[in-house]
Amino acid sequence: MSDFLSMGGYASSVWPSVLLTCAIIAWNVFAARRSFREARAEARRRLAMENAP
Amino acid sequence: MDWTWFHRFGSPPHLYRLAGTLVPWFAWPAAILLAAGLYGGLVLAPPDYQQGDGFRIIYVHAPSAWLSLMAYSTMAVAAALGLIWRMKVAHAVAASCAPIGAWFTVAALVTGMLWGKPMWGTYWAWDPRLTAELVLLFLYLGYMGLRAAIEDPQRADRASAVLAIVGVVNVPIVHYSVEWWNSIHQAPSVMKFGKPSISWPMLSPLLIMFVGFTLFFAALVLVRVRGEILRRERQSRWVAEVVAQ
Repeated sequence: MSDFLSMGGYASSVWPSVLLTCAIIAWNVFAARRSFREARAEARRRLAMENAP
Repeated sequence: MDWTWFHRFGSPPHLYRLAGTLVPWFAWPAAILLAAGLYGGLVLAPPDYQQGDGFRIIYVHAPSAWLSLMAYSTMAVAAALGLIWRMKVAHAVAASCAPIGAWFTVAALVTGMLWGKPMWGTYWAWDPRLTAELVLLFLYLGYMGLRAAIEDPQRADRASAVLAIVGVVNVPIVHYSVEWWNSIHQAPSVMKFGKPSISWPMLSPLLIMFVGFTLFFAALVLVRVRGEILRRERQSRWVAEVVAQ
């Protein structure tokens, strides 16, 4: 296990690269879903305003 | 030839529903492939005879770079379709690609720098490929900045489409830079004509990552394009119906 974590001496390059890429993947999932939810909420607000008496 | 599929695809409510249906079909296989590719690359693949375990950065670096170029090419083609055929959904696709591409350009640049430090002795060099990839980031940022600066969505679509199309010249420059000029960057081992120059146990996790990133990009675009369609179609009757559900 410690062999794996040390990455043959390249731990300080390999792990930050992997973590950064995983973080960017996760962020993109979150950001895409948020972008869609915001657009839907905005459309709902607009609809509610139009339907208000 | 029957062109109805083309018109249906160009219809905002149809694409909105189709995208919603397709998302899980891309997202779940992408998640599985990314997990498998990472496991294969970090654990199963043998160390490189020159770079030891340091070469394993390739499993996140090369797919990120691939996604950064694929996203730009998709964006430029969609922008061109939007300009030429005045397809609203094409502009929506183009706008969806930009933030995704920008993030993975950052991933490619930073993982490349982390790889460069132990192998080249420096994080950064003003090398043709590195510089062209940095220009790619600026193109994405310029595209998004231009969109954000123009209030009217239709005008933002048209103006940013021109920038996307002009900037596409940078995509082959990034890709072929290592062949056209003397570059510190290593030559392609997979994305080239002829047989890949790395062994199968090393190559297979990389191919899995490429497919995983491609499906992941498609899933992200599909999620984002639904929002972009809603923003463009907010006056339409069908939007009132779908968001009321």
